[in-house]
Parts: sequence; C-alpha cells; structure tokens
Amino acid sequence: MSHDHSIDPKNMPKDPSKATTEGKHKFMGLWIFLGGETVLFACLFGTYLALKDSAAGGPTTQELYGLGLVFLMTVLLLTSSLTSVYAIYHMKNNDFKKMQLWMGITALLGLAFLACEIYEFAHYIHDYGFTFRSSAFGSAFYTLVGFHGGHVVFGLSWIITLMVRNAKRGLDLYNAPKFNTFALYWHFIDVVWVFIFTVVYLMGMVS
Amino acid sequence: MTDEMSTRKINSFQKQKNKEEMQKMVVSFALMIFFTLVAFALVMLEVPSTYVIPILLLLAFVQVGFQFFYFMHLKDKGHEVPAQIIYGGIFITVMVALTFTIITWW
Repeated sequence: MSHDHSIDPKNMPKDPSKATTEGKHKFMGLWIFLGGETVLFACLFGTYLALKDSAAGGPTTQELYGLGLVFLMTVLLLTSSLTSVYAIYHMKNNDFKKMQLWMGITALLGLAFLACEIYEFAHYIHDYGFTFRSSAFGSAFYTLVGFHGGHVVFGLSWIITLMVRNAKRGLDLYNAPKFNTFALYWHFIDVVWVFIFTVVYLMGMVS
Repeated sequence: MTDEMSTRKINSFQKQKNKEEMQKMVVSFALMIFFTLVAFALVMLEVPSTYVIPILLLLAFVQVGFQFFYFMHLKDKGHEVPAQIIYGGIFITVMVALTFTIITWW
C-alpha cells in the first residue's frame, strides 16, 4: 500500500492528507462524526445544567470544585492542541520525524491531563464521598466529564497506535489522512473541554 | 531542468505559506491562553454572577471560534460542508441547553 502512495519530495502535494480520494472521504467522514459528537455533548450539557443544583444534601458545586487543578488541566489540553497543530505543520512539509515528535508530545500532554482527571475523581470520591450515585448532580457530573475523559482515552490509544504502526513506514499519502483526522478529533476534544471548564467549573464556582 | 526549478520554487513558496500559517496558529493559541486567564481571573476576583456568567460564555464562544476556524481550518477553502455541519451542531446545542434549563428553572 505504502508503495503506491509514497510522497515524491520533489512533487509534494499541497496537503498530503487530502491528496487522495480516500483522504478526502476520511476528512469529510470525520466532520460528520464530529457533528454527531456535538449533539451527544449537547444532550450531556443540557442534562448537567438541569441537574447541577440537585445535590440531595451532598456536596454542592461550590464546595467541590477547585480552580487550581482545573486551570492546570485547561493549560495541558490547550497546549496539546497546539502541539498537534505543529505536528500537522511538519506533515505538510513532509518531515516525518518532527511530526512523530510533536504527536508524541501531544500524547504525553494528553496523558498528563488524564492523570489530573483521575486524581480529581479519586479526590471527590475519597474526600467528599461524592460518587456517581450520590445525587442527580453526581450522575450528571460524572457522565459529562467522564464522557469527555473517555474521549481523551480513545484519542490517546488512537494516536499511540498510529505512531507505533507507522514508525518504520514513514509518511505517505496512505497514512497522512489518518494523522490529520486524529488532529481534528483532538481539537474537538479541546472544544468540548472549553465548554466544560466554563459551564461546569467556572459557572459552578460563581452561582 | 526548468521543470525541476519550477517545482522547487513551488515547494519553497509552499513552505513559506505553511510557515506564515503556523505563525497565525501560535498567535491564536496565545489569545486562547489569554482568554482562559481572563475567565479564571474573573471568577477568582468574585465579580457578581449576573455580569460574570454572560462574559464567561462569550469568552468560551470566542475560544471555540479560534479552535474551529484556525486550528481546525474551518475558515479555509474547501471547508464549506464541514462548517455547515458544525453550525447545525451548535444550533442543536444551544436549543438543547436552553430547553433543559428553561424546563427546570421555571
């Protein structure tokens, strides 16, 4: 496969991720998937907004949330979004090694984000006794934030698999669309997080 | 000979274009970090919630705009259909959020 699609450095296509019909279809398919994801998260955000004050005598949003950790998580995920832009920049310049390096940094930042989230959930469960079953607020919170965390887990396994599988193959027109669709998906995870830190954490601290 | 020259020219032209685009990306990243800092600062300074919530939502929408239009290239040519899909998704998000909150608040 890689033989037919290898990139000729002298005749580099403007965007290797959309140079083939398959690449164009992967690109459009991912956007349609993201449209569906928007609706999924819309429902979870709606549910959270409706149930966030139903704490059933348990800890409320103001007692629970802390700004420091959320800020750290925001910076980690936002930076990982930029590093994946760097990876795609190097892909467009046909520099496979640098692309792998920046994708690796993206994966590390994603892992750090995930570690913070696991710590956060463990902290809520052990120190506050705040679980999925504590209250309607608990169910809505863990479903929304947990679903986002699940997307991060999926994205991490996606990029690590891609990096390992293509490590010796190098960049070609067959795998460039795969790296590009991952980058788009990763930006979308960041989009969802922007709304989570605003609607869940920041608005939960003020109201 | 001339052929090789012209392709090499295009490549260096493309490289320059890619570089300029990357600079725009770094600028939009800096702006996003700045908006994040403003949002957290507003909450830490305990600005009254009637003012702070609309500002927080506005900052979030601006940040998401940068993410979609710059990082995900929605502003570029050939992204008309994806843009429509995302506008549809945002419309449904706003509808669902408003419906659920209005049902419970009134």
